[in-house]
Amino acid sequence: MGKVVDFAEKKSGDFGEKTIATTEKAGGFLTDVADFFIFLTNIANDTFSRGFEFKEFFRQCFQIGNKSLPLVTITGTIMGLVLTIQSRPVLVQFGAVTMLPGMVAISLIREMGPVITALICAGKIGSGMGAELGSMKVTEQIESMEVSATSPMKFLVVTRVWAATLMIPILIIYADAVGIMGSWAGANIKGDVSFVLYFSQAFSHVDFMDFLPAVIKSFFFGAVIGIVGCYKGYNAGRGTESVGKAANSAVVLASLLVIIVDMIAVQITDMLT
Amino acid sequence: MDKDIVIEIDNLKKKFGDQEVLKNMSLKLFNGENLVVLGKSGSGKSVLIKCIVRLLNYDEGTINVFGKDIRLLNKKELAEVRQKIGFLFQSGALYDSMTVKENLEFPLIRIKKNLTQKERNEKINEVLENVGLADALNKMPSQLSGGMRKRISLARTIVVDPMIMLYDEPTTGLDPVTSDEISVLINDVQKKYKTSSIIITHDIECARATANRIIMLQNGETFKEGKLEEFEKSDDKIIKSFFKS
Repeated sequence: MGKVVDFAEKKSGDFGEKTIATTEKAGGFLTDVADFFIFLTNIANDTFSRGFEFKEFFRQCFQIGNKSLPLVTITGTIMGLVLTIQSRPVLVQFGAVTMLPGMVAISLIREMGPVITALICAGKIGSGMGAELGSMKVTEQIESMEVSATSPMKFLVVTRVWAATLMIPILIIYADAVGIMGSWAGANIKGDVSFVLYFSQAFSHVDFMDFLPAVIKSFFFGAVIGIVGCYKGYNAGRGTESVGKAANSAVVLASLLVIIVDMIAVQITDMLT
Repeated sequence: MDKDIVIEIDNLKKKFGDQEVLKNMSLKLFNGENLVVLGKSGSGKSVLIKCIVRLLNYDEGTINVFGKDIRLLNKKELAEVRQKIGFLFQSGALYDSMTVKENLEFPLIRIKKNLTQKERNEKINEVLENVGLADALNKMPSQLSGGMRKRISLARTIVVDPMIMLYDEPTTGLDPVTSDEISVLINDVQKKYKTSSIIITHDIECARATANRIIMLQNGETFKEGKLEEFEKSDDKIIKSFFKS
């Protein structure tokens, strides 16, 4: 009997501890969510308050846009090339090889270009922002800005978020363009088609409604990457270890959110068309 | 409030979780003096000066800077008070992505908004000469040694003519010669810019070189307050352990 009571007490004790631990975890999660929304509110407030940091904004546009070009060029070209090489045999089987340029263009413009470029940017830009702001936090640079009567939120976060929001759609459109060029190169491995003919065939299948939703969701991808990268870096812990953690979690969360935003965008587009 | 008092702290309390870092801490900083706050690592010294500029919020007590309770200030008023305070961080906190010139220009553009580019350049050259690093203008922080970074950081702090200087461990991590040079610079800044300073340190040589008055912290409380000579002559075991060298 005594053993049964001991077992029951032990079990109830375990249950109590687990309940407390779970409650604490839930509380921690809710605090994180609240912090994130406060962060978003601060971005909105500081965007529209006086004294936008234009110089830093253009510097960030250059960092995000120009310095990502080689990576986006390579990714976009390979994306178009691989898609063409993989699709061609199937289309040949169905006697629909003439549909190849249009199919590749629609795939790239609607889905592959935006999502893959956004994921690449989440890796490069999101991690960069997380690591840079995280190390600024660790080395007291953010506090130093604050005591210089400068809002670090305005100088560091608002500029980066807006630069990412504006530059990532441009990178995505560029990736689509080089992707179609890659596709043309892929088509010429086993065929012979002129560049002009390939492009005109590709765009004869694309209409405005293929292009518009993709561009709109690209702005959201950019905003997500900028906000998550800055949030993780700005709220990094104190040690150097936290810089790595901030960069890592920025990439993971931004990539996940890009996929979720894409899913929502596809659903909305589907409902509206 | 006494006109000569620039900072007055009363019964300050600050906790991190269950750990009470500051317990009933009180101090006064008088106009034009160098006040050294001495204490072991972890005694709450850095927390104290971060509370003064409201980088950290405190739990109880009051902090008056130029007669204003800093807890009651709104964002704009706090920014105005912060413009009068220079803060030298332990790590130097130079902006890594900017050159020395850009680092110095950063607070100057935002605080001294009326200066022309020519006047800004003159001011930057003047403070760089004052810290003995006039030739470092176009260098990046990564190209500077620890002592040079501290000097540039000090230059960035004084470039906006602050009325109060807060030094957080100004000589930590520096060799004895460079530490002495930084101590000399602290005294030069006090004389030239007529600043009132709080110097947080556990470096006794820095305290000896710079202090007009010393407050010793022990477990988040004021342990002893007085002139350097009083500390040197004290028979107290804890004070002696600091001043034995």
